[in-house]
Amino acid sequence: MVDGLATAVTVVALVLAAWALIEVLRGKAPHRPLLIGVAGLEAVLVVQVIVAVVKLVTDRVPDEPATFVGYLVASLIILPIGYFWAWSEKNRSATGVVALACLVIPVLVLRMNQVWDGVGGV
Amino acid sequence: MSEPTGTAHGPGRVLVSVYGLFALAAGARAGVQLATKFSVAPIAYLLSAFAALVYIGATVALARSGARWWRVALVCCSIELAGVLAVGTASLALPEDFPDATVWSDYGSGYGFVPLVLPVLGLLWLRRTRPDR
Repeated sequence: MVDGLATAVTVVALVLAAWALIEVLRGKAPHRPLLIGVAGLEAVLVVQVIVAVVKLVTDRVPDEPATFVGYLVASLIILPIGYFWAWSEKNRSATGVVALACLVIPVLVLRMNQVWDGVGGV
Repeated sequence: MSEPTGTAHGPGRVLVSVYGLFALAAGARAGVQLATKFSVAPIAYLLSAFAALVYIGATVALARSGARWWRVALVCCSIELAGVLAVGTASLALPEDFPDATVWSDYGSGYGFVPLVLPVLGLLWLRRTRPDR
């Protein structure tokens, strides 16, 4: 789709996940800098969805449009849901939830691009 | 300061997230499969939908507190373990009946075997959080 954007999302998500995992090992609850990082990742994901929608309208539609749109929607909702689920718990487990949510993003982006390129099935 | 108890707290917070993830993934996948190509592999797609319902049930039950939800979670995790073992074995023994993968095919190898490990973790967690009678 847009390789540079996908790479950026993947790198940022993996860095955040590693950061969160370090904080899990240190026994920390999610703190503000980490949450700002997650918010930044969400902002890049929103940009990616906008680019994808523009491409769907102007460029072409992948072989499995429903699956592609499913991954687009999932990429937007994972971090907010993870944050919502984490925030009422003020301990290391909440940070673990944030780490998990960040780890899911690269997988989603990978699958999204595979579907866009017509590789693999549902 | 004492930690809140129950299946949704502490490590259970992360467990519920993984279950929620599989509920979302299996549910979305089953929805797309059933809506767009049901006739290709009806058994596999119905199994996908069934797996999705079990994950949704386990997610909700583990996220709630109370003895009743604990029992619902126990039932869901047990069905899940039986399902992944049965479907995993069947997909290896009768590959022609599983032309398209379900979340439980080959013991969940397409999902890093997480579907096989998850019900075991779920049942262990339920044993630790068993409500007092």
